[in-house]
Amino acid sequence: MRPFDYSRASSTADAAQQAAGGGTFIAGGTNLLDLMKLEVMAPDKLIDINRLDLSQIEETSDGGLRIGALVSNSDLANDTRVRRDWPVLSRALLAGASGQLRNKATTGGNLLQRTRCLYFYDRATPCNKRDPGSGCAAREGFNRILAVLGTSEHCIATHPSDMAVAMRVLDAEVETLKQDGETRRLTLDALYLLPGDHPERETVLEPGELITAVVLPAPIKDAQQTYRKVRDRASYAFALVSVAGIVGLKDGRISHADLAFGGLAPKPWRNAEVEELLIGETPSETLFDKAADILLAEAQGYGANDFKIPLARRTLVSVLNELTKEASA
Amino acid sequence: MTEVFKMDAPATDRRLDDMVQGLVGAPLDRPEGPLKVTGQATYANEWQVENMAHGVMVRAPGPSGRVVLSNRDDVAAMPGVLAVIQDERLLRNPAQGKANEAPVQGPHHAAYMGQLIAVVVAETFEQARHAAQSVKVTLENAEVVAVTSDTAAVEPQESKTLDQGDLETAMREAAHTVDATYTTPSHSSTPMEPHASIATWEGEDLILRGSYQMLKYNRNELADSLGIHPDRVRMLAPYVGGGFGSKLGIAPEAVAAAIAAREVGRPVSVALHRQQVYEATMRRSDTRQRIRLAADAEGRLIGLGHDALVSNLPGETFAEPVLQASHFLYAGANRKMSMDLARVHRLCCGSVRAPGEAVGVTVFESAMDELAQQIGMDPVELRRRNIPDKDPESGKPFSSRRFEDALDSGAKIFGWADRPGVKERREGEWLIGYGMASAARVNVLMESQARVTLTPQGTARVETDMTDIGTGTYAILGQIAGDMLGLPRDAVEVVLGDTSLPPAAGSGGSWGASSSGTSVYLACQAIRQQLAERLEVSENDLTLKDGRATFDNQTRGLADILQNDEIVKLGHVEAGETSEAVRQATFGAYFAEVAVHAATGETRVRRMHGTFAAGRILNAKTARSQCLGGMTFGIGMALTEELAFDPRDGHVANHNLAEYHIPVNADVPQLTVELLEERDDWANPMQAKGIGELGICGAGAAILNAIYNATGVRVRDYPATLDKVIAGM
Repeated sequence: MRPFDYSRASSTADAAQQAAGGGTFIAGGTNLLDLMKLEVMAPDKLIDINRLDLSQIEETSDGGLRIGALVSNSDLANDTRVRRDWPVLSRALLAGASGQLRNKATTGGNLLQRTRCLYFYDRATPCNKRDPGSGCAAREGFNRILAVLGTSEHCIATHPSDMAVAMRVLDAEVETLKQDGETRRLTLDALYLLPGDHPERETVLEPGELITAVVLPAPIKDAQQTYRKVRDRASYAFALVSVAGIVGLKDGRISHADLAFGGLAPKPWRNAEVEELLIGETPSETLFDKAADILLAEAQGYGANDFKIPLARRTLVSVLNELTKEASA
Repeated sequence: MTEVFKMDAPATDRRLDDMVQGLVGAPLDRPEGPLKVTGQATYANEWQVENMAHGVMVRAPGPSGRVVLSNRDDVAAMPGVLAVIQDERLLRNPAQGKANEAPVQGPHHAAYMGQLIAVVVAETFEQARHAAQSVKVTLENAEVVAVTSDTAAVEPQESKTLDQGDLETAMREAAHTVDATYTTPSHSSTPMEPHASIATWEGEDLILRGSYQMLKYNRNELADSLGIHPDRVRMLAPYVGGGFGSKLGIAPEAVAAAIAAREVGRPVSVALHRQQVYEATMRRSDTRQRIRLAADAEGRLIGLGHDALVSNLPGETFAEPVLQASHFLYAGANRKMSMDLARVHRLCCGSVRAPGEAVGVTVFESAMDELAQQIGMDPVELRRRNIPDKDPESGKPFSSRRFEDALDSGAKIFGWADRPGVKERREGEWLIGYGMASAARVNVLMESQARVTLTPQGTARVETDMTDIGTGTYAILGQIAGDMLGLPRDAVEVVLGDTSLPPAAGSGGSWGASSSGTSVYLACQAIRQQLAERLEVSENDLTLKDGRATFDNQTRGLADILQNDEIVKLGHVEAGETSEAVRQATFGAYFAEVAVHAATGETRVRRMHGTFAAGRILNAKTARSQCLGGMTFGIGMALTEELAFDPRDGHVANHNLAEYHIPVNADVPQLTVELLEERDDWANPMQAKGIGELGICGAGAAILNAIYNATGVRVRDYPATLDKVIAGM
C-alpha cells in the first residue's frame, strides 16, 4: 500500500470541496482497500465520507424510495418496504458477497465497485483498465468470469455487482453532487460507460462527483419479481450469469417485462428489444427462445467464457418460465 | 536408556481395551479449542518479538530467465527499508515432505511465475510491502518453456510400472469393459493460516517460529538451506492453522526470514500473503488418468488398468502417487499400471490433502460407476463382488479390512435401496440423483518419540515435537496418556511443537496420531512397568484410575507410591516387519444425493454419508471431524475446486479465496459419518490406523456418480462445473 493522505468529510459540500484537489472517496472500503493493498489503485488522498448524513431510506412523494448512498447493503436488503415492494432488489443484495461484507458495503460504493477480472488485479500482467495502452491479458487468458456482451478489443471485464442489476431493472437513478455544488440525476444506463477505447473510464462521474442517493421509482404493480444468480458455488461467488426480472401477465398475455442481466457485460445489461418482443405475447418456450436470440445476437465468447452464451439463454428461459407460471396457473 | 520398539509382530494383547479411565475413543473436546476460538492461541506470525523487522517477498513475473532487480538501489532507499536481499540460499520452492535436506535453491533464475526471488525488509509491514511491490523485476534471456503437460517433456516413471497377466487380452475377451480417460485439475492447500516465520538469532543459534507440520525434518531442511548445523536451529510451532500438506517441508519464507534476520541483525518476520500462498507453496498435480476395466458377465473384474500423467517442476522427484490404492482395492488377475511425469514450469507439486488416493481413488470410482451402469448392476454390489481375498499383486493378506461392512452399513444408513434410476427423479426444475463410491487409503507407521513424566501430584506431562495442525493431537495424546496412567484428561499436560523435545513423526500422511500416539503409549507402558516393579506386582495386574493404583485387593494413591519421585520415560517406535508382512490400509464408502438444476446445470449436494473403518478410533469427535473435512474437500473436488493457470505463462490466475472456490457453508449440506469398530493388530500396539485423509479418498466420485444418476451426464473432467454439465444436457 502506498502512503496516502486521509481526511474525514463533515458534510457533502465539504466532501466535494475536499475532492477538488483530487481525492478518492471511501465508504465501506470493501473493494478499495483490497485494491490499494495490491497497489492497483493508489490514491494520494482518501476522503472518508462515512460520517455524512446519507444513511436514510426515505419515501418519495411519488411512492418511490430515496436510498442514501451510505445505507449498508444489509440494511437495504432487510428494509421491510424494499422486501415488500422491490423484492428483486432485496434478493439481489442477499445474493451478493457475505454477511460481513454486506454489513460494511454501501449503496453508493456497491455501484462503483471495480471489475473482478483477475488480470486487473495482477500488476505483472497487462491491463488496459489498470494501465491504459498496456494491452488486455484476459482476452486470451483465463476469462471464465468475463463478458460476452458490450466488450471492446481493449477490455472484456464485467461489472460484478448484483445490486446494480436489480437497480437497473427497477429504473433507479443516482443523485450526485458535483464539486461546483451542482446536483444531477443519472439513470444507471447513463451512469456507466462501455469500455470502447477507454476501459479505464467506467462511469460518467466527474472527478470529485459524489453519489449521494439512489432513487427508486414507485413499485410496479401486478408483476412478479425475481433475481436469479447462477454461479460456481452456492454462496460467496460472483455471478456467471444473473437475471433480474419483473414480469406481469394479463389475460394470459405478458403485460409487463423488465429484464436486466449481470455477469454478461461491463455494465448491468438491458435490452429494450427483448422486452418489446415479450409484451403482448402469450408465454411459450418458443417466445422465450426468441427473446434469448435477441439478447445474445451480438454475444461473443473468448474461450473459457463461451459457455456463458448458452447459460444465459437457459437461465433467461428458466426465469421467464418461473415468472409467467405462477400467475398463469 | 530406552530401547526402540519395532513393530515386528501383531499386537494381540490389545492393552488399551483393559484400561479403565475411559478416555481413548471418547469424543472429547480439543483442550486448546477455547484458546483458538478466543484468539489466545499464538500462531506463527502473532508472536510479539521485540525489535522485530518485517520482510515481504518479491515474485518472479514470468516462468523463465535470469532475474534482475533493476531498481534495487532505489528500493533500498525507500522509507523504512532496511535491506533488499537476493541471497543464493533462498529457496526456489518448498522442500517435499520428509526431504530432510534443502530443496532446490537460488533466486537468480526464474523457474515459474510467482517464484519468490527476493525479500525486502523494512521497519513496518506496510513499508516492506510497498517497497517489495516497487521492485522492478526483469527476466533476461527468458526462454519459451512448457507451462502445460500437453507441451512438456514427459518422463516415464519406470519404478511405477506394473504389468501382471495380460490386460489387453482380458479387455478383448471380457463381457463388459470400460476404457475411459479422466482429468483432474491442480489443487491448492490454501490453509486458513498463511505461511509465516519469525526468525531470531541468538549468537550463532537460530530460533524460528513457524507454521510447519513435521518439525524434525524441517529443522534439518532449514539448517541445510542455511548451511549451518541442525543443532544451531530450534523451531517452534505450537499451533498451526491448517497445513494440508503445504507445510510438510521447509518453505521459502522461513529461509528468507533467517537470512534477513542475520543480515539486519534483528528478528525478522516474513509472512506470505494469500496470493503468494497460491503461487509459491505447493500444488497438487493436475492428472490425466486412463482407467481400463474388464469384467465378466457377473461383474467380476478379470483385469484393470490405471495409466496416469502427472506433472512437476524440473528437478523435483515427487509424482502424485495416484496408483497407490489401485494396487489393492479390487481383485482382477490381469493388471497394468504406469505413470508419466510431465516437466512443467508451474509452481511445485507436492503433497496436498491425501496425495495419490484423493484423485486416484476418485477417478477409479467414477470408472467403476460406469462399469456398474453398463452391466446394469447395483454399484455397491459391483464393489462387493470385487473385494480381493488377499492383496491382488503381492499375495499378502490384508491386516484388518471392514470394507464390505462399510459398503453395507453405509448403504443402509443412507437409504441406498431407494435410489432412483438414471434421470428418473425430478422435483420442479431440479433433477435428483444418488451416487456412491468406495474409500481407501494406505496406512503407515512412522518413527516417533515422546517423553512422558508422571508426577507424585497425580499429573502427567507429554512432550514431543509433534504438531497439532487442527487435527486433535493435543486431545488424543492426552487421552492415551490419561488412559494408560489412570489420570483424568485434565491432569495430563501435552507440550508440542518444539524441536528441543523428542522428535516425532510429524503431521502428514494420516500417520500422526497413530505413530506419535504409539510413542506416548510406549512411554506410558514403561511407566506402568516401573510402577509395577515398585509395587512388586505384575504390570498386567495393575489397574490405574483417577490417580490411584489398584492391585492385589488394595488401592494406593500415586503420591504414596512415588513418594517424591517423578517417573520419566521415553517412548520410541519404529515401523517393523508388520509393515511388510501384510497389506495395511483403511477403507470406507460414501453415499451422496445431489440436485442438478435442469436449466443451469448447477449442482447442489443435498446430503452425504460416509462409513469408515480405520482401526481403533482414538477420539470419536476429532476422527469424525477429519472425515467431515475430507468429505467437504470431496465436494470441492467434485464441484468447484480448480487452480486456473494462464495458458501462456503458467501463473495461477485465480490466486485468491474469492476465485479459488473451496466449498462454503452453503455448499455443504448435512454430512453424516459412521465409524466402524475395528482393531488392527498389525498397525501398532494401539490397533489404530490413520484417519486424517480417508474422508477425501474417493468422496468426489460419489457426487459425480450422483450427477450421472440425476442427469445422464458423465463428466470426466473434474470438477463438474455447470458448463460441463449443461454441455451434456
